[in-house]
Amino acid sequence: MKTLEEIHEIREEKRKELDLRVNTKADTREKHILVCQGTGCTSSKSPEILENFRRILKEKNIENVRVIKTGCFGLCAKGPIVIIRPEDTFYAMVTPEDCEEIIQTHIVEGKRVERLLCKDIDGKIVNSLDELNFYKKQKRIALKNCGVINPEDIDEYIAFNGYKALERVLDVMSPEEVIEVISKSGLRGRGGAGFPTGKKWELTRASKGKQKYVVCNADEGDPGAFMDRSILEGDPHSVLEAMIIAGYSIGANKGYIYVRAEYPIAVKRLDIAIKQARDYGILGKNIFGSGFDFDIEIRLGAGAFVCGEETALLESIEGKRGQPRVKPPYPAESGLWGKPTLINNVETYANIAQIILKGADWFSSIGTEKSKGTKVFALGGNVNNIGLVEVPMGTTLREIVYDIGGGIPNGRDFKAAQTGGPSGGCIPKEHLDTPIDYESLKEIGSMMGSGGLIVMDDTKCMVSLAKFYLEFTVSESCGKCTPCRIGTKRMLEILENLCNGKGEEIDIYRLETLAKNIQKSSICGLGQSAPNPVLSTLNYFREEFKEHAIDKVCRTAECKALATIGIDEEKCKGCGLCQKHCPVNAIKGEGREKRVIDQSICIKCGTCIATCPFHAIN
Amino acid sequence: MEKENKQCDCKNKKDEFLEKLFEEYLPEKDNLIQMLNEVQEHYGYVPMHVQKELSEYLKIPMAEIYGVVTFYSRFSLEPQGKYKISVCLGTACFVKGSQKIMDRLTDRLKIGPGETTKDGLFTIEQTRCVGACGLAPVFTINGEVYGRASVQKLDQVLDELINKEKQNA
Amino acid sequence: MEEEIVTLTIDGETIKAKKGTTILEAAKHAGIDIPTLCFLKDINEVGDCRMCIVEVEGRRGFATSCIQTVEEGMVVHTHTPNVLEARRTVLDLIISNHAKDCLTCTRSGNCELQTLATKFNVLHVEYPGEMTKHKIDDKSPALVRDFNKCILCRRCVATCKNIQGIGAIDCINRGFESCISTVGDHSLNDVNCTFCGQCIEACPTGALHEKESIKEVWARLKDPESYVVAQTAPSIRVALGEEFGMDIGTNVAGKMVTALKRLGFDKVFDTNTGADFTIMEEANEFVERFKENNTLPMMTSCCPGWVRYIEENYPELLPHLSSCKSPHQMFGALIKSYYAKKENIDPSKIYVVSIMPCVAKKFEAIRPEMQNDGLYDVDGVITTRELSRMIKQANIEFTKLEDSKFDDPMGEATGAGAIFGTTGGVMEAALRTAQDILTGEDLEKIDFEAVRGGKGIKKATVNIAGKEIKVVAASGLKNARKILEEIKNGKADYQFVEIMACPGGCIMGGGQPIKSAKIRSEVDVRKLRANALYSIDEKSTIRKSHENPVLQKIYKDYLGKPGGELAHKLLHTHYEKREKYNFET
Repeated sequence: MKTLEEIHEIREEKRKELDLRVNTKADTREKHILVCQGTGCTSSKSPEILENFRRILKEKNIENVRVIKTGCFGLCAKGPIVIIRPEDTFYAMVTPEDCEEIIQTHIVEGKRVERLLCKDIDGKIVNSLDELNFYKKQKRIALKNCGVINPEDIDEYIAFNGYKALERVLDVMSPEEVIEVISKSGLRGRGGAGFPTGKKWELTRASKGKQKYVVCNADEGDPGAFMDRSILEGDPHSVLEAMIIAGYSIGANKGYIYVRAEYPIAVKRLDIAIKQARDYGILGKNIFGSGFDFDIEIRLGAGAFVCGEETALLESIEGKRGQPRVKPPYPAESGLWGKPTLINNVETYANIAQIILKGADWFSSIGTEKSKGTKVFALGGNVNNIGLVEVPMGTTLREIVYDIGGGIPNGRDFKAAQTGGPSGGCIPKEHLDTPIDYESLKEIGSMMGSGGLIVMDDTKCMVSLAKFYLEFTVSESCGKCTPCRIGTKRMLEILENLCNGKGEEIDIYRLETLAKNIQKSSICGLGQSAPNPVLSTLNYFREEFKEHAIDKVCRTAECKALATIGIDEEKCKGCGLCQKHCPVNAIKGEGREKRVIDQSICIKCGTCIATCPFHAIN
Repeated sequence: MEKENKQCDCKNKKDEFLEKLFEEYLPEKDNLIQMLNEVQEHYGYVPMHVQKELSEYLKIPMAEIYGVVTFYSRFSLEPQGKYKISVCLGTACFVKGSQKIMDRLTDRLKIGPGETTKDGLFTIEQTRCVGACGLAPVFTINGEVYGRASVQKLDQVLDELINKEKQNA
Repeated sequence: MEEEIVTLTIDGETIKAKKGTTILEAAKHAGIDIPTLCFLKDINEVGDCRMCIVEVEGRRGFATSCIQTVEEGMVVHTHTPNVLEARRTVLDLIISNHAKDCLTCTRSGNCELQTLATKFNVLHVEYPGEMTKHKIDDKSPALVRDFNKCILCRRCVATCKNIQGIGAIDCINRGFESCISTVGDHSLNDVNCTFCGQCIEACPTGALHEKESIKEVWARLKDPESYVVAQTAPSIRVALGEEFGMDIGTNVAGKMVTALKRLGFDKVFDTNTGADFTIMEEANEFVERFKENNTLPMMTSCCPGWVRYIEENYPELLPHLSSCKSPHQMFGALIKSYYAKKENIDPSKIYVVSIMPCVAKKFEAIRPEMQNDGLYDVDGVITTRELSRMIKQANIEFTKLEDSKFDDPMGEATGAGAIFGTTGGVMEAALRTAQDILTGEDLEKIDFEAVRGGKGIKKATVNIAGKEIKVVAASGLKNARKILEEIKNGKADYQFVEIMACPGGCIMGGGQPIKSAKIRSEVDVRKLRANALYSIDEKSTIRKSHENPVLQKIYKDYLGKPGGELAHKLLHTHYEKREKYNFET
């Protein structure tokens, strides 16, 4: 247990100690080696890197250097990432074997390890994080602490104004006042639908009932999206703090975090964070002497995308199959075990404390008229800088893809981007300048979604993309209501026929009609939005559907049944790269000869298309 | 990387694990999924006799428990292979060609996703995002991530495993 | 508290409805019909099928009229072109994954899906595709599951789990692969199913039906060597007419007997007489136990679903169960002993067919205990529905039949026997006899109103010979569980407990004519059938089982004393603990 005074003391002391994390001119002899321990970097051996650093420092008896595990820095494509502070040197794609050299050269000799320095897309070496184009247009609110603090140390969170908002709320604000600030800030749900957060809090507060609950939706299921995971891994206390504030505001004493079991690191960090918060008396009875009690439990999901839908999530917490409930009534009125329940997603919560501290006006000054603040996106697919980005609402897709994302690899053309994952839609080239906010995306047939942003280059077949999303929906449909259970399956079958050359022109219309009916008649968001990827690709790439249906041609050759892969004699330089990569040795030719594909052997896998540096294969 | 498969041979007697599990969790219905997660973790699948024990302990009909087990893709009813190969079919990986890796894998092992080879060596799974989008496309073998993967890389790893098993045999 | 009234518009009409009313109900009051499929009033109100969708102005997507309640100023459109197209699509999708062998389906003509398909003029399937395939489960003696005909409405699941508290079936798998099944897809025979058959009554299609026994009965009727005897349970006569378009609750006893005769049965007996024997035995058993305060409360044992339930779930309470066989089993035993002897017929040639409102009786009849001298008491059990099918097959115009009487001398039954078919009836009949035994008088007060009516649990205290007897009649297995838990936890002070597995009793049994969800939501079927039974009782000249002259004669000539040695051999049975889940784990 800590008294408020003790927490203030920790904040002051620790902040001084950690100044070097955010201040390149910090007055200190200490150095901190920050090693990303997010899932991305962890997958490429960052835990080993961390261990190596610690071991080598110990062996060499080097003092004043600390090795810190942090959450995600964002630029996952360059992982594993190591940053040395206060000088802010950015080492990319570090391997465990590099540690020795980094310690020797950087720490001992005071020089930089040139070969490991991060290079930007243009090949320019970046001296510090801020120099990267990737970071220049970003504004970090939800990700503020990610990559800065050690997520497993509550003191570090406290040092950077952690739990200060909670203190203020409990000390001087009434629940109504808190809700007013949140409402005024214009914050909207970051889970996808964009419901005004303040309104949700207000409705839950207004619902009658003694027992209420606060739930954090951390069942991030959109494939290729990892915003929430990064926040939980990099700054778990920000979510806890917001949930406690939410509990105080709506009149709840109990919170649940529903998190995917597939996120073991996030779960572990949350677990540690909750224990630490309990130890400090920040969770539990009589928080900060205010008389307000609140505690949080973690509930693990077990692999069902539909549980990201709020009512399915509630069913799952109750121990049942994650089958959504018909709304209304909304959870604000009847949620967990029929009690009024507030559900927000991780990123939404991650904004709360800062809105309290910096004020509604500060927050609403960022973004567009109707979409305030920032949005975190997981940028992926055919883009150079794959990673996590946080941008002010209203940033255009072009800025994200080209300025932050560094454009499309291999000199390919941008074809489309998908936001909102399997519930969203694709955005074609002509809408690259659309500002990203809730309304604008909806207008062009997509949606904000939880933040997945997948870029596709011109080698991607849009019919096959629609099929891919439908496959996902079909396998993740809960099976409760007819349109989603059978309808999405039928849509998939039609798409399969189109991709296999068994489609007809009429199928395009059947697909469209069915899609529209499923949209309107399904029970939950999953079914209602499942047709979106199909309708939006149909809208922007109808020609491709027609080519599949009528001409039996897939222009990208992704649909194997419709493809003959050929090498353009004029473009082929005879480099032989395609031949080298062909898994079935279907490509003939020697030396500098122009290559030819033996159609009888070719399995139409498309590897050659992707590998040809001259775009000679189609 | 090799995973021990705890085949459960304790048909009628409660084993230590279950006893501990029942100590840890109150017999409340909403604990079902938490408990199943632990069972899956421990045995590598959810054995039928454990479902029966859970049914008695939580006073939930077996059909309902079975309904929950078959709903969530993390739970499996059959023991998993020694090597669980998961190919990520999340969008980021898909766009980067992970379907080709999956096709190659099912082609080589002659089983579909969710199935285990007859010799009990391999289980193929499709996952949706393991969070290593920066390394896309990826596949994992018993949790170890193979990033920036390709059909060739898969072939190579698979050959190594098969050869190793041949030698062991 | 005053009920809040809201005003709304449905299809242009201004309507007032109580707050909390669903859009579906409010529309119905206004004479506007909205099609439903998964909806089963008070049992399954989940909005899964999406047939009942309507447009509500200002709302994104359609509203679910079977769940969503009316709001002040709401503007509802129930059949805009958009709604109709969506409903048609939903129906198309359901049919696309439904076996289309209507000609050979037991529910043809009484199938809610078929009715909708006709209504929507579905002449072809717009979105055909892969169909889920399921193996047919016909291992149990009582029920058949053919889930190729299942439309995932989950009415059966709700009935089994929420009404009966059993949960033998549930939704398994996910998405397109979802289906209703048992644990591990085992046969109903091997899981905790009690064979109550309520799921059949709930099923809108032919996915669940009884295991038909008609073939064997036809074969026996054809066989000149066989002496085929029919006995009909009290509940058949008040429901059979429904299968021929007659009003619910019409007593068709006379026509039924004529029809059975026409079908070729050698004798047609009334199981009500069997019920009188049951009362004699059970009332005596109760009086004995009551006097000695021995293993009270005593619980009735005439319902085979209930017996299977207690054997599986509360074996420790089995001593509380009366050892009496159920009426048709007692009667079967008497037919093959007393009657065979009296008429000089070789009992092994007698084939007893019980016509029952119940599918669990099919299981009861083949329990190994139900035999005497190597002969089963009852040889075949057919349900009300199966009997109606036989009558239809024989081309008998049922409604035009003359009345006939049950065969004598086993035909005279009392009013007490008649009310066996409804919840509280066994209790009432037993009390009539028990009070006379205990007081030694012929008491006039014979109506025990407290145990009548449709409530799931009916408690009463009756005063007999200066002694208070606490009784309870429960119907529906979920209610049974409540009583059993009370007994188990020592919180029950009853002396006599009547349990029937089906809510409402045998008149609502799993073998009775199936009523559509629409009828079930508009008409109190239970009440109409029960009233018909009480009316038979009222009109009976003899209303106490022990005053039945036939019965008195048989005890005098043959059985001896109730509970005596021969009575025990023929009319009593025993029970044993049964595994709930009978498969290898």
